[in-house]
Amino acid sequence: MTNERLQEILARHGQSEGPLLPILHDVQRAFGCVSPDMQQVIAQALNLSRAEVHGVVSFYHDFTEEADTRPCVQLCRAEACQARGVEALVEAAEAAAGNRVRISPVYCLGLCSVGPAARIGDALHARLNAASLVKLVEAA
Amino acid sequence: MIVRISDDSLALALGADGLASAFAAAGCVVERVSSWGMHWLEPLVEVDGIGYGPATVDDVPAILDGTSALSIGPITEHPFIKPQQRLTFARAGKTRPLSLEDYAATGGWAGLRRAQAMSGEAVIAEVTQSGLRGRGGAGFPAGIKWNTVAKAPASRKYVVCNADEGDSGTFADRMLMEGDPFQLIEGLAICAHAVGAQAAYIYTRSEYPHAIAKLRAAIELAQGIIAPLHMEVREGAGAYVCGEETSLLNSIEGKRGVVRAKPPLPALEGLFGCPTVVNNVLTIAAIPHILFEGGAAEYAALGVDRSLGTKPIQLAGNIKHGGLYETAFGISLHDLVYTIGGGTASGRPVKAVQVGGPLGAYIPPAQFDLPFDYEAYARADALIGHGGVVVLDDGADMGRLARFAMEFCAVESCGKCTPCRIGSTRGVELLDRIRAGAKVLDPVGALPQMHNAPKLARTADQDIALLEELCETMKFGSLCALGGFTPYPVLSALRHWPEDFQ
Repeated sequence: MTNERLQEILARHGQSEGPLLPILHDVQRAFGCVSPDMQQVIAQALNLSRAEVHGVVSFYHDFTEEADTRPCVQLCRAEACQARGVEALVEAAEAAAGNRVRISPVYCLGLCSVGPAARIGDALHARLNAASLVKLVEAA
Repeated sequence: MIVRISDDSLALALGADGLASAFAAAGCVVERVSSWGMHWLEPLVEVDGIGYGPATVDDVPAILDGTSALSIGPITEHPFIKPQQRLTFARAGKTRPLSLEDYAATGGWAGLRRAQAMSGEAVIAEVTQSGLRGRGGAGFPAGIKWNTVAKAPASRKYVVCNADEGDSGTFADRMLMEGDPFQLIEGLAICAHAVGAQAAYIYTRSEYPHAIAKLRAAIELAQGIIAPLHMEVREGAGAYVCGEETSLLNSIEGKRGVVRAKPPLPALEGLFGCPTVVNNVLTIAAIPHILFEGGAAEYAALGVDRSLGTKPIQLAGNIKHGGLYETAFGISLHDLVYTIGGGTASGRPVKAVQVGGPLGAYIPPAQFDLPFDYEAYARADALIGHGGVVVLDDGADMGRLARFAMEFCAVESCGKCTPCRIGSTRGVELLDRIRAGAKVLDPVGALPQMHNAPKLARTADQDIALLEELCETMKFGSLCALGGFTPYPVLSALRHWPEDFQ
C-alpha cells in the first residue's frame, strides 16, 4: 500500500527537471515523514545514491525521518514577532500544549506587522495574546 | 451593495473569511481583492471607496448603514496611502488577484506585448536605462545581469525568480505573489523573451502556502498568454539559506541547499549549468511598468543618486501603523518610523530599528536621518536588504538580539564555509560569556598542549575584542551573505547599546 502510493508520487514527477524536492514534499505530506526505506525507493527511482537522498532529507527542516502524529502549532519567533512580544507567550503555549501538541518555532510567516503570529496547517492566526494562543493550542 | 475585502493571507489570519461570509449573508456582493497594505486596519472593508477597519463580524450592521465608528474615510485619500508612489503595487487593494479581466483592465500585458514586438537587446537596453537594481538586497543592476545571460552562448537558458522571502520583517514578495500574481508572471515572460530563456521557475517558501496556491492558479490561467514559455512554482523546504541565489539553484536541482562558490556566476553557469537570470520578486514585478511606453525614463526619474525608482518598504514589528509603503528612494527613517508609522504600537519610546532582515544592522534613533539609499546605508555599516523595517521599543534587550542573530546563523548555516559554520557557534558562546559577565577560562585554551593560549581567564574587554575579531573574520571570510552579514546586527548592537552586554 505504502509502496503503491510512493510509486504514484514518483510517477507524477517523472517528467520534471530536478524532481527530488517536489517528491519529498509529496511524500512528507502523504506519510508524515520520509523514512529510510522510502529514501531507498526514491534513490533508486531517480538513479541517486541513498546518501544523496538522505543528505537532502536531513538538510531541510520540512522533512523528517520519523512521523510525529501530534498536531503542530508553528509559532513565529523571528525578530519582528519578538518585537511584538512573542517570547512572553511561549511559556503559556507550552504549558497548554503539554505532550499532546507540538509547538515548533518558525522563522517568519510574513505577518510581521501584526504579530505574534502562528500557523496550524494552512490556517494562519495573528495579533495573538496569551489567551488567544492558549485557545488555539487547546483546539489544535 | 458591493463590499470589498482582501484575501491576502494577513487579512485571512485576522478573520477576513468570516467577515466576508457575514457580509454575503447580509445580502452584499463580496469582492475579494488584494490588500491595500494598511495592516493595522486589516481586515479592512471597502464600501464605495470608504474604508472601515479593523472590522469584526459584529461591525457588519453598522458598516452597512454607514454609522460605523471604524470609518477611515476615502481610502485613496488616507494619509498612509496618498503620499505613496505605487508603481509595483499600483494594483494593491484595487483588483481581484486571479481576475484576468481586472488585470487587463489595469494595463496588464501591455508591457509584454510591447516587449514581444521588440528585440531582446532593445528590451534589455530599456531595463538598463531605467536604472533598476536587484531588489533582493545586493542591488546589482538588472540590465547588466540580463545582458550577460543574453550574450552567453547556450541553447538552453533559465529565468529564476527568487521568492524565498525569509527575512523577518519583510512581506512585500508575499503580498505581490498573493495580490498581483499576473504582474510577476508578465515580468518573467518579458525577462525570458529578453534573454532567450525557455523556462522560468519561481522558488518560494513552504511557509507561504497561500502564495503558492495563488501563483499556481495564476500560471494556469495565463498559460495561453505566456506560451511557449514553461513556468513553474517550486516550493522550498524551510531552509533560510536557500534565499541565497546559488543555494536556491541547488535546491531547485534537488540538492542540499549548499552555497556555490562564485565564479562561475549564475548568469553564465546557473541552473543545471545553463545561463540563468536570478532576480527577486520585486525586481521582476517592476519590469512590466518599465516596459510601458516611456516607463523606463519615468522610473529613472525617481529616486536618488544611484538608487533609482521606487522601493516597496515594509513597516513591521512594534510599529503603530505597520504595512507596505512604496515610495521613491531617499526617504528617511525618521519619516518612516514616526510620520508614517506613528511610532511604536506599544506607545513606548523607539529604541532601535533593524533594517534589512536578520542580517541587517540595528540603527539607533540618533541615525534616523539616514536616507533610504543603497550607498548611504553601506557607508553607515548597514544595509537596505529587502526593505524590511522592524521597530523595537525600549523593552528590547539588544544583547539578547545579538545572540539571537548568531544563533540563527549557526542553525541556518549551510555548512560549506568555516567562518559561518564554526564562527557563528563560537559567536554564541562568546556572547553568552560576555553577557554572563563570568570570567571563565576557555576549556580548550586550558589544555596543556595549547602552549600559546593565555592561561588566565579573559576579561570582558578581551572577550569583546575577540568577538569583534571573529565578526571581521566572518564578514570577509564567508562565502555568502549569511555568514558575511550576521556581524552587522551583532556589531551594531554592541556599538550602540554596550550597556545591554554587561
